[in-house]
Amino acid sequence: MTVDPIHQFEIKRYVDLLNLSSVQFSFTNAAVFMFGIVAIIFFFLTYATRGRTLVPGRAQSAAEMSYEFIAKMVRDSAGNQGMVFFPLVFSLFMFVLVANVVGLIPYTFTVTAHLIVTAALALLVIGTVIIYGFVKHGTHFLHLFVPSGVPGFLLPFLVVIEVVSFLSRPISLSLRLFANMLAGHIALKVFAFFVVGLASAGIAGWFGATLPFLMIVALTALELLVAVLQAYVFAVLTSIYLNDAIHPGH
Amino acid sequence: MMKSWKVTVALAFAGAVLMGAPVSAASDPAGKPATVAQAAPPTGAAGHGTHEPAAAAPGTGHADAAGDHGKKSHFPPFDGTTFASQLLWLVLSFGLLYFLMSRIALPRIGRILEERHDRIADDLEEAAKHKADSEAAQAAYEKALAEARAKANSIAGETRNRLNAEQDANRKSLEAELATKLAAAEERIASTKTEALTHVKGIAVDATGAIVSTLIGTSPAQHEVEQAVDSALAKKDAA
Repeated sequence: MTVDPIHQFEIKRYVDLLNLSSVQFSFTNAAVFMFGIVAIIFFFLTYATRGRTLVPGRAQSAAEMSYEFIAKMVRDSAGNQGMVFFPLVFSLFMFVLVANVVGLIPYTFTVTAHLIVTAALALLVIGTVIIYGFVKHGTHFLHLFVPSGVPGFLLPFLVVIEVVSFLSRPISLSLRLFANMLAGHIALKVFAFFVVGLASAGIAGWFGATLPFLMIVALTALELLVAVLQAYVFAVLTSIYLNDAIHPGH
Repeated sequence: MMKSWKVTVALAFAGAVLMGAPVSAASDPAGKPATVAQAAPPTGAAGHGTHEPAAAAPGTGHADAAGDHGKKSHFPPFDGTTFASQLLWLVLSFGLLYFLMSRIALPRIGRILEERHDRIADDLEEAAKHKADSEAAQAAYEKALAEARAKANSIAGETRNRLNAEQDANRKSLEAELATKLAAAEERIASTKTEALTHVKGIAVDATGAIVSTLIGTSPAQHEVEQAVDSALAKKDAA
């Protein structure tokens, strides 16, 4: 038995596609899960709305609620102009949500427990903010770093703080999701090993194993909450950051 | 805070792995060999390229700095050799997701919501129209009712007046007729009276002549009797 709580994060290479000296492209389990997530989201949304009924059923209600939930979030934090980013925020939210929830199913792979994935998503958000900000506002976008109504001698410090806080956004955005997913899955695995280890130790162990088993039940519920919450947090922060690209003035 | 302990746990695990310490939950003696053995197949696969000979040896794998991209790490999320593949598939899958969402799924849901919104607005509008219609109908009905009532009142009043007038006219004509009949009757009475009175003189003359003839045995001359009656009548009238 491999007593290794990080075994679940291992990338398995199914087919090596391209093997250069510095980079290596392979079809992996991560790829399977990423496309699986896309398929689940797309299938659910199209299947739920297949009837296009005026009075929605349960599935259509869920699809409509997810739509309106994200639409409201984007509109509240970035205004009506922010709705150009609605498909982006919606895609991010659904991708992270489904990735997190799918990862809770035993024997699955958690796409969002890999820092490179969350970092890429965070950089996509910040890259969108920067590019859209400069395209839309030119150098006026830099006013983002200059708070208005501040005494002159404080301004340099505040500009430095603003720049640092802006640069820390992609880091916090990616690390938060990554660390939550990673830690939760490791904790679940560790308690699972306790259960198996104790149960194999005889009758007394069977009784002893109930405690970590109850812990797993509780942790799974907590992880479900965290999975949904982290997707929500990711989407909310994305909307807030995008608002800076649309309204750079403080 | 929940979040902070998680970060701590994650970093502790990450740190432990980076330091090269095998992470094993129980003090299972098989733990260490398992970890090493497990690291072997990927390095074997990487061996196809055979461009990282030092890292391929299982024993030296522990010494590698995990942050160094392109080198093997025992902690999969920090294994730089998988980054390129992960990024490639993420870009492809997320790009596909974005395309599907922005072109197909979201417009579809948006259209459903818009149609419902329009339908509800239409229905409300129609209901308001119906309500206005019914109120107008009610007002028209009340107006018609009031008019009918007024008309009925006026007809009743007119009829009453007409009947009164007719009655008056009838009464007057009847009274006039009665008056003429009365006058005619009075006239007839008067004429009958005068006629009777003229007959009275003749009767008196005849009676006087008869009386005288009876008393004295001779009948007086007619004109004497008439004279005597006239004078008696004149005397009576004078009295």
